Amino acid sequence: MTISIATSNGVCHVNVTGEMTIYHAAEIKAELLPCLELGAELEINLSEVSEMDTAGFQLLLLTKRAALAANKSMRLVAHSPATLEVLDLLNMASYFGDPVMMPRTVH
Amino acid sequence: MSNTEFDQALQTFFMESRELLEAMEESLLGLESSPDDDDAINAIFRAAHTIKGSGGLFGLDGIVSFTHVVENVLDRVRGGHVQVNGELIALLLSCRDHIGMLVEQIAADPAARPDKELESVGNMLLEQLKSYQTGVTHPVCSTAPASSCTEILPQTGNTVESDMWHISLRFGQDVLRNGMDPLAFIRYLDNMGKIVHILTLPDAMPFSLEMDPESCYLGFEIDFQGDGVDKAAIEEVFEFVREDCSIRILPPHSRIEEYTQLINELPENNIALGELLVNCGSLTRKELEQALHLQETLRSGSRAEETSKLGNILVEQGVVQPELIDAALGKQKTAKENKSQESKLIRIQADKLDQLINLVGEMVIAGAATSLIALRTQDAALHEATSTLSRLVEEIRDSALQLRMVQIGETFSRFNRVVRDVSREIGKDIGLNILGAETELDKSVVEKIGDPLMHLVRNSMDHGIETAEIRLQRGKPAKGTLRLNAYHESGSIVVEVGDDGGGLNRARIFAKALEKGLVTANQVLSDQEVYGLIFEAGFSTAEAVTNLSGRGVGMDVVRRNIEALRGTVQIDSIEGAGTTVKIRLPLTLAIIDGFLMGVGSSSYVVPLDMVMECIELNEAERQETRDSHYINLRGTILPFIRLRDQFRERGKPARCENIVVVQYAGLRAGLVVDELMGEFQTVIKPLGKLFANLKGIGGSTILGSGEVALILDVPTLIQRAIALESRVLNC
Repeated sequence: MTISIATSNGVCHVNVTGEMTIYHAAEIKAELLPCLELGAELEINLSEVSEMDTAGFQLLLLTKRAALAANKSMRLVAHSPATLEVLDLLNMASYFGDPVMMPRTVH
Repeated sequence: MSNTEFDQALQTFFMESRELLEAMEESLLGLESSPDDDDAINAIFRAAHTIKGSGGLFGLDGIVSFTHVVENVLDRVRGGHVQVNGELIALLLSCRDHIGMLVEQIAADPAARPDKELESVGNMLLEQLKSYQTGVTHPVCSTAPASSCTEILPQTGNTVESDMWHISLRFGQDVLRNGMDPLAFIRYLDNMGKIVHILTLPDAMPFSLEMDPESCYLGFEIDFQGDGVDKAAIEEVFEFVREDCSIRILPPHSRIEEYTQLINELPENNIALGELLVNCGSLTRKELEQALHLQETLRSGSRAEETSKLGNILVEQGVVQPELIDAALGKQKTAKENKSQESKLIRIQADKLDQLINLVGEMVIAGAATSLIALRTQDAALHEATSTLSRLVEEIRDSALQLRMVQIGETFSRFNRVVRDVSREIGKDIGLNILGAETELDKSVVEKIGDPLMHLVRNSMDHGIETAEIRLQRGKPAKGTLRLNAYHESGSIVVEVGDDGGGLNRARIFAKALEKGLVTANQVLSDQEVYGLIFEAGFSTAEAVTNLSGRGVGMDVVRRNIEALRGTVQIDSIEGAGTTVKIRLPLTLAIIDGFLMGVGSSSYVVPLDMVMECIELNEAERQETRDSHYINLRGTILPFIRLRDQFRERGKPARCENIVVVQYAGLRAGLVVDELMGEFQTVIKPLGKLFANLKGIGGSTILGSGEVALILDVPTLIQRAIALESRVLNC
């Protein structure tokens, strides 16, 4: 699991690669939350996320809540099939309110 | 649920209710000394609430409606609206007793209707409770308390429209750390049928910093449709996380009040939760309003509700969710540890345990037979194998007996209530002091000791402890003290009931005994012998007969009960300073370590714990002691009994004799036998009724050879030896 962070024009772009699971939960939390401080907007690219479990999902939820509390915007973009499946299963896509792009590999 | 399952669940309910009521009583009594103890108040509330809740599950409306009112009052106490005082505690204790009676009545006959008497008691209590209920909007209940409360609950048939299962899941924090992924379970559920709607609830998740990324904070409300899926199948899905997850399943077309209960039990805010159920299609808007209304009528106030909900879930389900307790009730760590300890206990039917002990007993006998045969064959390997075997058998015996050991504390603590009630009744201020509550003894002994103790306690309170005026005159504190104590002493357990009262009047007892013809005027008796006279049937020196004691019945029953347990009673008393009754009981009634001795062709056993030492009686001493019944043992007189004479053993005297020195209750005596055969695991077999009056024999046992050996009743023999010796000396 790796996380790359880049900031441009007040938008913080975060790219998570690999597993968003309990095994990396502590790391992800430590890296993801401070990103909210880096800009007015936070965009998390999920296209490279190969696997997501409850712990990973909770961290997205936590970040979203923190963003809402700080009056900042947070977007999830380019959901990978693994992440999409979780959001769908838990009926949480609408909570995050992001337009979900169907990756080309599906359908 | 099938019938037997239902019955079993009902039995569990009775058992739990009894335990809760006991805890309730304990806390109530605790409140008397410290009325501000929030933990105690919470414990009482939870007990009432849990009984009400579980009673509702079984449709025991009588219990539910009564307990409900009690719970309301308790809720007000908890909220600080009602002040705890002696009067309220007395009332709540009566209510507790009433709930207990209701439970016992249904336990005795599940179909029974409450009888008139019980009902009128209940109504009276409800009437008294009313004054503590002011401010509670409870129009229906306040007019006609007992019967109408149940009517608030809608009748069956008032069901919701939804034809889906409703599943509420709240995962525990550790579920992820335990290697489970809640998502996997939901996926599996989705495979089994169709998740029509799911709501993810992150409410329990703390904000950024406190959130532990490896903990799970999620809850789910799921509407589920599955063809041919039953409740068991759904429960099975969550089998692996059962301990880490609180699950509530409502079947299709559940009654509205079940949803009300669900809303009550869930940790989230009620209104939001109700909306949520509407959103996910479980309830229609109208049904929600009904449910919330129902809740309003059932509950006294929503503020108290906030704090109670979490505790309820915890207790009702027996699942500890530490994060919830911490957050909501601020429970202390110790309580948590207690809870986890509790879950380590297994309930076993007493007769299964008895069966095990019986089998172990048979095994001990069979083992002894095997060892004996091995010894005869003189095969070293076989001999070694059997000795290992007998060591193991011994260990099994010890651990099996250990299973039956219970602490006496539970029996003792019941007397808190007795002392409290009786002292009010007779208008004396008496405190109870419990010592040695952790002393363990056999369960069967504990069960039988309750009644004799009750007699002794009441007797002490009624006759022993003086009234406050007399106490002050005698320079004692106005408050009397009753003492219950237990400790181990050479293979016996000693239970003491002591008081700091007036003590026994030796002269009066003697005079009374003379009058009754129990003694003659010139008889010389020790203090203890005189005190022992009060155990004679029909003996009472009390001037006033109260409804507690003084009729002269009771003390003889006490002694009979204790003797039936192979125990003895002894009284120590100092006039003006108090009386202590000491009950000595054998540790166990089943298997003991014995010491085997031979006289002629017979074998005898004494409990090993009572054996002090063995001495050989040499030829010179034998000649010397032919006619006397004592020897000089290192400067002290040791009276003894020749078992050969005692049991009229025929056959020619053995070439050498030994003295086995035994001790009991501080007295020592010798038993003269032919042969010392050593330690022997003794399975005690009671003697038949025919031999019940036989003096000096306590039971029998079977030896490895199949022969019967008699177990000697050491206390009686010691008494006899001493009596014999003093008679000889008096002549």
